[in-house]
Amino acid sequence: MSPHVHGGDSVKRNMRWVIAAMMPALLWSFYSFGLGAVVVTLTSVVSCVVFEWVINKFILRNPRNTIADLSAVVTGLLLAFNLPSNLPLYIIIVGALFAIGVGKMTFGGLGNNPFNPALVGRVFLLISFPVKMTSWPVPHQMSAYTDAVTAATPLADLGNANLADLFFGNIGGSMGEVSALLLLAGFLILLCSKVISWHIPISIFVSAFCFSVLFYAIRGGMPFADICMLSLKHLCAGGIMLGAIFMATDYVTSPMTHKGMLIYGVLIGFLVICIRLFGNYPEGMSFAILIMNAFVPLINNACKPKRFAKEVKK
Amino acid sequence: MKTFRIGGVHPEENKLSAGKKIEVMELPRQAVFPLSQHIGAPAVPCVAKGDVVKVGTKIADAGGFVSAPIHSSVSGKVLKIDTAIDASGYRKPVIVIDVDGDKWEPSIDRSEDIVRETSLEPKEIVARIQECGIVGMGGACFPCHVKLSPRTPVDVVIINAVECEPYLTADHSLMLEKPEQILIGVQLIMKAVNVQKAFIAIENNKPDAIALMKEKTAAFPGIEVCPLKVKYPQGGEKQLIDAVVNRQVPNPPALPADVGAIVQNVGTAYAIYEAVMKNKPLFERVVTVTGKSVANPMNLLTRMGTPMSQLIERAGGMPEDTGKIIGGGPMMGKALLTAEVPVCKGSSGILLMTEKEAGRGEEMPCIRCSKCVSACPMGLEPYLLAKQSERSMWDEAEVNEIMTCIECGSCQFTCPSNRPLLDWIRQGKGTVGGIIRARAAKK
Repeated sequence: MSPHVHGGDSVKRNMRWVIAAMMPALLWSFYSFGLGAVVVTLTSVVSCVVFEWVINKFILRNPRNTIADLSAVVTGLLLAFNLPSNLPLYIIIVGALFAIGVGKMTFGGLGNNPFNPALVGRVFLLISFPVKMTSWPVPHQMSAYTDAVTAATPLADLGNANLADLFFGNIGGSMGEVSALLLLAGFLILLCSKVISWHIPISIFVSAFCFSVLFYAIRGGMPFADICMLSLKHLCAGGIMLGAIFMATDYVTSPMTHKGMLIYGVLIGFLVICIRLFGNYPEGMSFAILIMNAFVPLINNACKPKRFAKEVKK
Repeated sequence: MKTFRIGGVHPEENKLSAGKKIEVMELPRQAVFPLSQHIGAPAVPCVAKGDVVKVGTKIADAGGFVSAPIHSSVSGKVLKIDTAIDASGYRKPVIVIDVDGDKWEPSIDRSEDIVRETSLEPKEIVARIQECGIVGMGGACFPCHVKLSPRTPVDVVIINAVECEPYLTADHSLMLEKPEQILIGVQLIMKAVNVQKAFIAIENNKPDAIALMKEKTAAFPGIEVCPLKVKYPQGGEKQLIDAVVNRQVPNPPALPADVGAIVQNVGTAYAIYEAVMKNKPLFERVVTVTGKSVANPMNLLTRMGTPMSQLIERAGGMPEDTGKIIGGGPMMGKALLTAEVPVCKGSSGILLMTEKEAGRGEEMPCIRCSKCVSACPMGLEPYLLAKQSERSMWDEAEVNEIMTCIECGSCQFTCPSNRPLLDWIRQGKGTVGGIIRARAAKK
């Protein structure tokens, strides 16, 4: 049956490009956090792949093992990106087990998980090991691992942080989130290889910036220029860049139409600023994305593509 | 550059036989004429076993208004009225003629002179087209006279010379060799439906045809060449009307005529010229024989009823590694059961694919990447329709407009998980269509 030809796109090709797009930020984390970053990355990737293989083989008894599609590697890398570089091995392994086991395979594996597996793993660790997950090593301790000197996240005192440091990544934080510039380079790679469209990341950036300006303005007591500066720092600090570019754009857990993607992005931006400004956590990106993941089926139902020769119907 | 608004993909063009002269195919020893070469009622044989026929003799009458007569392409004796496997893969009634030569009906004008003027009235033009058995030659084979009798007045004629299917070059070669005859054919269509404006839509990958047609249209007022962006399915009727005149045809029962447009294939325009000006029924057409492992991809002027195996032989023989024989192009063509299928009015090409090309990639789970949604030229959600068909959720599939699908295959072409999206949707369309008809019958 037709069509008798295929465009040649594959899951693997997409995963390869995602991995390629993560490389600038990954290399920067190796440069910033040295040995610890290498250990965390390797542990996370290897344990994600191993868990997926084991679950496929012994629990799901899948005749065809799915590790070759590289999606477990991507999950492993993303999980590592979300962890501090001084995290002990056993915590990483527990995180990987939860991400792959509970976040992905319980729902049937690739394509069926409602929530982003790497974020499920990260949030599980954040709740289970709150102290270890929120003490970030100071950069440039090349040979340190669990013994690294730590400091609070710049998010705790954003007013005094330097925007240039935040943008170029000269700060502490989760491994992959520190350099906004290199994450944006990854964004460019994803766009050029047509793995993702611009809709989700851009709508998150715009919405987070606008809501941040709005809330600070309502709170008052600051000149408008400072408010804008502070809002820009919000975008560059913490997980917004990483989340918007690599986590919220996960195919499986994001909406199917461009209109849906814009709604999804705007609401993530809104939620993350609400959590950061009014919540108990200094960081809210993981929660914002996971909450919106839950709304994706609803968004898909509400936002149908524009049909040929018809106005958009609900 | 003009193009249609929603979706679309860009398959590799592979126009291997582009620029090749049209060669004349030799006559078959036996010609086979299926009675269903068009959409609508099958034709009814008007000859019997043992009758002697000439080239152009009518051998089957139209079986209704939406139907078309069939004419012999050879001279000889009617051997039998039987069944044979046609391009659909099913056994269908056919007329078989033993060929003894090439004696033409004397009423056909066989000279090379171009006839430019006719005194025929619009109604007479349409009647001549109907008698000559002209159908849409792009592949759908809709009887031409039906399209030329619109129920509402139309204001524009669009000639489909897009040929957006990869590999095929039959229309392209025809434009390079018979530009003036085509334009006279277009004029006849315009006269038949009383329209002052016609566009010849050509994809931008045929600059030589665009240049030649532009040069020739200078002498034909009201006819304009409209180059289009290379994007599949640019030649889909709805997409073409959208691209050229920016109008969108609603779902059936609406027809192109309801937005004031009539679309005819460029090969049809040529056949109309021959029918009206030369009194020549539709019994031959240009067929592209192509494929990456074919020795000499070529364009062959072929008599209807010639077995495809003979064309393949002419192009250098069937390659050893052939995995699939496709009637038509790779995006919408049909895989054939056998190479003995005869050339029909809608046979635009024969494509041989190697075993390696013919295989499908390993099917993976849907990763909801939404590339099928972006590719769909009708603005549908192929992933959802395929899933609903797979699970027999017919009501939901109907609500999500499964019947709007034009089966262009863009979704399946673009799917990174190699999912058989169109296979499922096609199956769903069959069932949902049946449910809708049953519901209408009850009322």
